[in-house]
Amino acid sequence: MAILVDANTQVITQGFTGAQGTFHTEQAIAYGTKVVGGVTPGKGGTRHLDLPVYDTVWQACQAHRVDATGIYVPPPFAADAILEAIDAGIPLIICITDGIPVLDMVRVKRALSCSRSRLIGPNCPGVITPDACKIGIMPGHIHRLGSVGIVSRSGTLTYEAVAQTTMVGLGQSSCVGIGGDPVKGTDFIEILEMFLADPLTKQIVMIGEIGGQSEIEAAEFLARNPVKKPTVGFIAGATAPPGRRMGHAGAVISGGMDTAAAKMEALRVAGVHVADSPAALGSTMIEVLRG
Amino acid sequence: MNIHEYQAKDLLKRYGVAVLDGYIAWTPDEAEAAAAKLPGPIYVVKSQIHAGGRGAGHFADDPDGKGGVRIARSAAEVKQAAEAMIGHVLVTKQTGPAGKTVHRVYVEAGCDIARELYLSLLVDRSSGCVTLVASNEGGMEIETVAASNPEKILRVSVDPATGISGFHGRRLAGGLGLTGRQAVSFGKFVTAMYAAFVGLDCSVVEINPMVVTGAGEIIALDAKIAFDDNALFRHADLEKLRDEAEEDPKELEAEKHSLNYVALDGNIGCMVNGAGLAMATMDIIKLFGMAPANFLDVGGGATKERVMAAFRIILSDPNVEGILVNIFGGIMRCDVIADGVVSAAREVQLSVPLVVRLEGTNVDLGKAILARSNLPIIAADNLADAAEKIVTAVREAA
Repeated sequence: MAILVDANTQVITQGFTGAQGTFHTEQAIAYGTKVVGGVTPGKGGTRHLDLPVYDTVWQACQAHRVDATGIYVPPPFAADAILEAIDAGIPLIICITDGIPVLDMVRVKRALSCSRSRLIGPNCPGVITPDACKIGIMPGHIHRLGSVGIVSRSGTLTYEAVAQTTMVGLGQSSCVGIGGDPVKGTDFIEILEMFLADPLTKQIVMIGEIGGQSEIEAAEFLARNPVKKPTVGFIAGATAPPGRRMGHAGAVISGGMDTAAAKMEALRVAGVHVADSPAALGSTMIEVLRG
Repeated sequence: MNIHEYQAKDLLKRYGVAVLDGYIAWTPDEAEAAAAKLPGPIYVVKSQIHAGGRGAGHFADDPDGKGGVRIARSAAEVKQAAEAMIGHVLVTKQTGPAGKTVHRVYVEAGCDIARELYLSLLVDRSSGCVTLVASNEGGMEIETVAASNPEKILRVSVDPATGISGFHGRRLAGGLGLTGRQAVSFGKFVTAMYAAFVGLDCSVVEINPMVVTGAGEIIALDAKIAFDDNALFRHADLEKLRDEAEEDPKELEAEKHSLNYVALDGNIGCMVNGAGLAMATMDIIKLFGMAPANFLDVGGGATKERVMAAFRIILSDPNVEGILVNIFGGIMRCDVIADGVVSAAREVQLSVPLVVRLEGTNVDLGKAILARSNLPIIAADNLADAAEKIVTAVREAA
C-alpha cells in the first residue's frame, strides 16, 4: 500500500444521507473506493446510494469489516460522531467537518489517546491514494498515481501541490490533509514518518502555514531521522499580519516562532527545499531531482 | 469574538473570579454618578475599547496627555477623566495609528496592590489541552516576556478527563512565590477561571495584571476574553455583548454572507476558496511586487449570491486597484464561481482590472461562461500566471 488507505480499504460514511455525505460518497464510489455502507441516526434499515444505512457506527461494524470512516457531520454533532467511531474501534477516522468547537476537540483528543484509532482532521480535505481509494472532498481527477507523498494543513493548497506534481509528471503516492484546526488528530511528524517508511513514496511535499509549532517540530524530526527523501516545503501566510485569524482557526501568528519566515528557516536547516512561491512546488521538486 | 473588559469581568464574576466593584458609564455624568456608588477614596477610570495597551496609550487630540486608564481621587476627578475619554480617539500599541474612539468608560474601585502577576488560559496546540500560563511579570505583554525571559513563564496543562484539581493551583502558586493566604486565594481564583473558560467556550482568557492585594487576596485587575467563534452556537446570550462599532464594517458585512474576510492595506483585492490557498495567493502577489488588499476565503459551498457579495465587499475598499480571483474547485464548482463573477462584474460595472484563474471541478464550464460574457476578464492558467497578469494589468491601468 501507499499510506493509510489502499484498494482494499473498506469505508463507511457518517452523515451518509446528508447533502455533503451523499455527494462525496458518490464521488468516492465513482473513484473506485470500496464503500460498504453508511450511518445516519434514525435512518437505519433503509438503503442510500444502493448501500445499507445504519443507525449507529457499532451496527455498521457488526455487519462489515470497516477499515475507515469519512465523517461529514455538521459541527455541533461532529465530535460525537468521532467519539462514536473511536468507540466502535475503527482504525482510521477521517473528519472533514470545518467549525468544530475547540473544546470538543480537546475531549476527542483525550479519547484518541486511549484508543487504537487514528484521526485525520478535522477541517481537512481527507486522504487519497490515487487510483485506489479516496475519502474526502478533493477532486479525484487531478491526481495521478506516482511517487510524491503530499501532506498539508490546507485543503485547496494541497490541490495546488497535486496539480503541480501531476503536471511535472511525478504524480502522487498518497495525499493527506491534516487539517487547519489548532487541535487535530494527526500532525506532520506522524505522516512524514509514514512517508519515509513507505517504499512507494520517493519524494515528499509538505505544506504548512503560520501559527503553532508543528512545522518547527516536523523540521527537527526530519533533521534527526536517518531516512532521507527529497522534500519540498512551503509555508503559507508570509504576508499575514500578526494576531489576525486568517480563516483557519489555527492560523494566528502569536509568538515569535510561528511566523512563515521562522518556519521556512527551520525547514531549510533540516534540508528541506523550501519553495518561495506556492506556484513553484512542482518545479522546485524537479530541480531537486536533477541535482 | 472579543468583548470589552467590563463585560469580561461581569462574566468571570459569575463563575466566582474575584474582580473589583465597578460601573459602566456612557457619559461624564454617568461616570460621576458611578463614583458616588463606590466607596472611594481612589477610583480608576478605564477607556473601553477592544485593544490592549490602553494605560500606556494616548488620545489623538492630546498626544502629550495622559493615557486611557486614569486614577481619580474624587467624583469630580472621575467626571473630568471621563470627559477627556468619551468621544475621543485613543491610540495604543495595538490599535494602530488610526486609534479607536472611546464610547464608554468603566469606573472601578481603587485597590491596594502589593504585587502584579500575569495569568492566562488558552488551548495549547501541542498538548491539545487547556493550559494555564502564569508569570511574575504582571503588566508586561506575555509575548515580550516569552522573547526575553522564557524561563519566567510557567505552564500547567489540565487533563480534560479530570478537569482542574487543587495541585494545578499549588504548582503555579509555588512558582509565583505565593504563600499562605495568597496561595489559598490563588487556588480559588484559578479554579474559577478554568470553570469560566470551559463554561463559556473561550479561546483565550487573559488576566494582566492579576494582583495580590495587601490583604493577600488575588484579584483580576484587567480581563480580556476571546470566545471560540465555532462554539458561539452554544451561547446565544453572548451575542448581545458584541460591539459592532469595534469591528471593521467590511468584515462585519462579510460575516453576514459567511465569508471569511480580513482587511489589509495593499491594493490587490483577492477572492479565493480555502484559507491556505488564500494566504498563498496573498504571498504570491507580494512576490510579484504588489500587496494584497485583503484576505477573502469564499469557502467550499459558495453560491452565486455569496460570490457577488464578496465582490461588493472587495470593491468597497477604495484602495483596491485590481482584483484577483483564484479558485481551485474541489467542493466548489468553477461554473458557480464564474456565474457569480460575471453577474457581479455586470452589477458593479467593474472599473478595475479583473484576473480570474479557475482550476478543478467543472473548470471547462466555468471558463466558457467567462469567455461568453464579453466582459474584459483576463483569464489565467495557473497561480503564477494569475499573479503576474494582475500586477501587470494594475501597473498598465495606473
